Amino acid sequence: MTTQRRGAVAFQNVQKKFGAFTAIPDLTLQIEPGELVTLLGPSGCGKTTTLRMLAGLESPTAGRILIGGEDVTNLPANRRDVSMVFQSYALFPHMTVAQNVAYGLESGGMKSGPARDAAEKGLDLVGLDGMGERLPSELSGGQQQRVAVARALVLEPQVLLLDEPLSNLDARLRRRVRTEIRQLQQRLGFTAVYVTHDQEEALAVSDRIVVMKDGRIAQQGAPRALYEQPASAFIADFIGESNVISCTVEKVMDGIAQVRVGNLTQQVPARSATVGPAQLSVRANAITVQEGQGPFAGRIASSAYLGDHLEYEIDTSVGSLFAVDAEGDIPLSPGTSVTLGFRSRGLALIE
Amino acid sequence: MNRDNRRLDVLFIAALICFAVLPWYRLRGGFFTLDWVGSYLSDDRTWPGLTQLDQWWLWPVPLLIAIAAILRFTRPAGQRGGWLALTGAAGITWMVIQGLSVGLRGWNWGALEMLGDVAGQQAFGAGAVGILLCFAAMIAFGLAERGALKGDAFVIGSITLLILLVTLFVFYPLLSMFTGAFQDYDGSFTAAGVARNIGDPNIWSLGCVTGTGGCGVAWRTFFLAICTATGTTFLGLAFALVATRMRLPFKKSIRLLTVLPIITPPFVIGLALTLMLGRAGFVTEFIEDTTGWELGRWIYGLTGIWVAQMLSFTPIAFLILIGVVEGVSPAMEEASQTMRATRWRTFRRVSLPLMAPGIANAFLISFIESMADFGNPLVLGGNGGVLSTEIFFAVVGAQHDPSRAAVLATVLLGFTLSAFLAQRLWLGRRNFATVSGKGDGGNHAALPRRLAWPMTAIVVLWAAFTVFVYGMILFGGFVKTWGLDHTLTLEHYARAFSVTFDGGIAWTGIAWTGVAWNSFWTTMEIALIAAPLTAAVGLLTAWLIVRQRFPGRGIFEFALMMSFAIPGTVIGISYIMAFNLPPIQMTGTALILIFCFVFRNMPVGVRGGIAAMAQLDGSLDEASLTLGASSPRTLRKVILPLLRPAILAALVYSFVRAITSISAVIFLVSAKYNLATAYIVGLVENGEYGIAIAYSSVLIVVMITVIGTFQLLVGERRLRRRIEPIPKIKPREVPT
Ligand SMILES: Nc1ncnc2c1ncn2[C@@H]1O[C@H](COP(=O)(O)OP(=O)(O)O)[C@@H](O)[C@H]1O
Ligand SMILES: [Mg+2]
Repeated sequence: MTTQRRGAVAFQNVQKKFGAFTAIPDLTLQIEPGELVTLLGPSGCGKTTTLRMLAGLESPTAGRILIGGEDVTNLPANRRDVSMVFQSYALFPHMTVAQNVAYGLESGGMKSGPARDAAEKGLDLVGLDGMGERLPSELSGGQQQRVAVARALVLEPQVLLLDEPLSNLDARLRRRVRTEIRQLQQRLGFTAVYVTHDQEEALAVSDRIVVMKDGRIAQQGAPRALYEQPASAFIADFIGESNVISCTVEKVMDGIAQVRVGNLTQQVPARSATVGPAQLSVRANAITVQEGQGPFAGRIASSAYLGDHLEYEIDTSVGSLFAVDAEGDIPLSPGTSVTLGFRSRGLALIE
Repeated sequence: MNRDNRRLDVLFIAALICFAVLPWYRLRGGFFTLDWVGSYLSDDRTWPGLTQLDQWWLWPVPLLIAIAAILRFTRPAGQRGGWLALTGAAGITWMVIQGLSVGLRGWNWGALEMLGDVAGQQAFGAGAVGILLCFAAMIAFGLAERGALKGDAFVIGSITLLILLVTLFVFYPLLSMFTGAFQDYDGSFTAAGVARNIGDPNIWSLGCVTGTGGCGVAWRTFFLAICTATGTTFLGLAFALVATRMRLPFKKSIRLLTVLPIITPPFVIGLALTLMLGRAGFVTEFIEDTTGWELGRWIYGLTGIWVAQMLSFTPIAFLILIGVVEGVSPAMEEASQTMRATRWRTFRRVSLPLMAPGIANAFLISFIESMADFGNPLVLGGNGGVLSTEIFFAVVGAQHDPSRAAVLATVLLGFTLSAFLAQRLWLGRRNFATVSGKGDGGNHAALPRRLAWPMTAIVVLWAAFTVFVYGMILFGGFVKTWGLDHTLTLEHYARAFSVTFDGGIAWTGIAWTGVAWNSFWTTMEIALIAAPLTAAVGLLTAWLIVRQRFPGRGIFEFALMMSFAIPGTVIGISYIMAFNLPPIQMTGTALILIFCFVFRNMPVGVRGGIAAMAQLDGSLDEASLTLGASSPRTLRKVILPLLRPAILAALVYSFVRAITSISAVIFLVSAKYNLATAYIVGLVENGEYGIAIAYSSVLIVVMITVIGTFQLLVGERRLRRRIEPIPKIKPREVPT
């Protein structure tokens, strides 16, 4: 069984209550060795709680947690073979960078000499060689973040946990650091559980995304599968902005469904759809907008100019739609009559 | 799991040593002197529990340890935790039951005699206490194996230990005091003492209101406390307003005032007042000489105590109120002023209502302080004492009536606990004067003119009076006989602190010939032992309260803070009643003084620790844990270095408090372990004012030195270190 191997993680019917409030009702989740799994979801959906239970910083009220096949449910945090990168980095302010990185090694009983060497190597790994003697307060935010990663990695844990590791960085740095973390993970091959509420970040780094809602798994799968085949309106909206509109499935053949929206017909992958009324998820950038009359008509309610693209709110017979136009450069003014069309990518039937 | 087994093995070895090697019962000569080692084999009073098994009530102890050992070898870690914890709990319960049941001369409770005759037993010794600790550890390991508190044995162990200690040193003594009230000299139950005292008109009479004589001591004390609380709150507020809302040159020195009550032994003010305003006081004589009025003994009694308490406690009220006054958001006052309110209207309608809860808080704390005050009434009480002194005389005086002392103590405790509960339950929820997080800029409105001048006048006058009184204290040590002969002399200092050198200046040749040295060194020694213990226990408790979520945490914190409202006199008398007889017997030892200091001063350490800990991002601890460090290592390597200022403050505070406190320890000192304050009170009672004052001045100087050194240390540290902002993010969102 894969759960026996080093780096495998399993949550088995895990429940977590805070007093009368149930944060996680019943969670079952397998993570393969060497996989980078992202927990994604809106704020308060239980991502951090899940991660902290894996780290041993919260104990589940019911269920079991296994790491590398071993039941760790009752094991304190310091005896679990995981390490964690905190949102605030939690670097010890009274220790130098090198002392911070060596701290875990020394806690594990390593002598201070070898620990310092290992810490140097760890700092090399994240590109901070020569900074060992500085205090954390003498580093920039991005450097502090990398110290936090190095500090966790030198322990060579079975699983690395990251709780919104990029949220204290500015947007430009965030993109670079997330690439670095992903490359490091693929190079060293450790298992990682990555918490974020940013769908773009999740799409960029993950092998698999687990979308959570109210403490439950709403859907999980590879980034592309989630993006292209959202199982519910919640997922469709949470991962890439989508419009969910009512439609009618007219026929299903060879895995392709013919769908009617207003006067428009469109072919989409059928999944498990059957003939009859259904819900169609339409990405904002899958809607084409043209001035004039046509089979699927609408009227611009509002428009915005955002440099590389235009955004529209459009009133139509199936409701108000949100559309993104990456080609036009002069926004149509509100009140203009338009005709709408769909691109084939970015449409999905929702079960 | 291997580690779980290993720590259990250590536990079994420790239990074996406690049961089979260490003396089971208390030793007359004391355990720590190690005198017993020499006669260990020959003297059966030093033998361990193993040899005492002819006493059947000790059988469950080895039995329970054996059960635990069997569990350890037959069951894996995951399945035995609950049973281990139960075994430990059973062990503690049994030790408590047998300890309380079998006393020096057999059964403690008549009803138990039907179980057959038993020989008596001595109080617990090192072995018995050790076994108790082993059982506590067993509970901790068992619960940790079950995954309680995230499986952290250290945390569970600390909580168990603290609960045991607080029960033993706070609640058990109070309980003993209540039961003591219902016991006769031979220990049998009697309600006679209580019946005699509870309705005693000397306690409860309202004669002074109805005009039929004097009032009872309870009402007198209550009335005094109300007066003191009103006066000190008013003065404290005046000081606070002047210090924060007016540009005055001596603002800094007003803040110095706050140090005074910490370093002043509690009876010193009373002493100075006696010397100024007493029968032969020089102010009295001056007035009598110039005007011919007969002033007499007016200072002895409630008026004098009131003046002394005003001097003693105004700085405390000031300390509380300055936080309150500064806490009112300037934005509110500015808002009021932009709405065309005058300064007076702003003060009366905005600032004052915002401060009201804080003012009430200062009032209640002054009330508790006044109720608990022992030193001033002892010196100035004359014939009409207050509750705390009445308690003292009921124990040490000719009347020797423990049940009267217990009844009085209960009354006193009732008053202070009510005030404490009022403060916590009623005020706790309505504190809107505190600003959230950082200051929101803006300036406080200046005081309205019609307030500013009277306030300043009062503050200046009172400050001058305080300085004068303290000047008197210093001066009094240098005159021959106060009131009669004002020639300057060093005689008092010489008698108290003379040192004779024989054999040159070699240290070995010093003879501490002064009369004060003995108590002085004892005080220093005990204060030095108690201070680190107090700081350690206080900060550990603060850490547990702030960082760990365990069931009953709120009650635990509440009980700790409540122990702050127990007057020292009550603690003193309850300690005698609890620790004079088996199972725990320690009266007359240094140990009881140390424990008394630790548990009396701990709440302040806890409060300071909680405040300091709140500044530290909780994910620092968690990071350390996930990096593989155990909780003790986390405390040592991460928390303690970051809390250094709070630790130093707790150390200094508990050191100084151990030197100045009198109310509790006066019951607990012995000829062998006498403390400075108790010794000085003895001097005062013998009329040896000169030495008493000289000794007090020396104590004040010693403490100023200690505090000054401490401030220098902390101040310097801050200058030298590089700027290291401690990362602080929003605490994890917790629904309120
Ligand atoms: N210590 C706690 N006590 C009570 N409720 C908590 C605690 N920690 C988290 N919660 C609640 O559990 C839910 C999930 O929290 P969290 O896991 O932090 O969400 P996320 O990380 O997804 O934003 C939230 O509703 C939060 O309020
Ligand atoms: Mg979170």
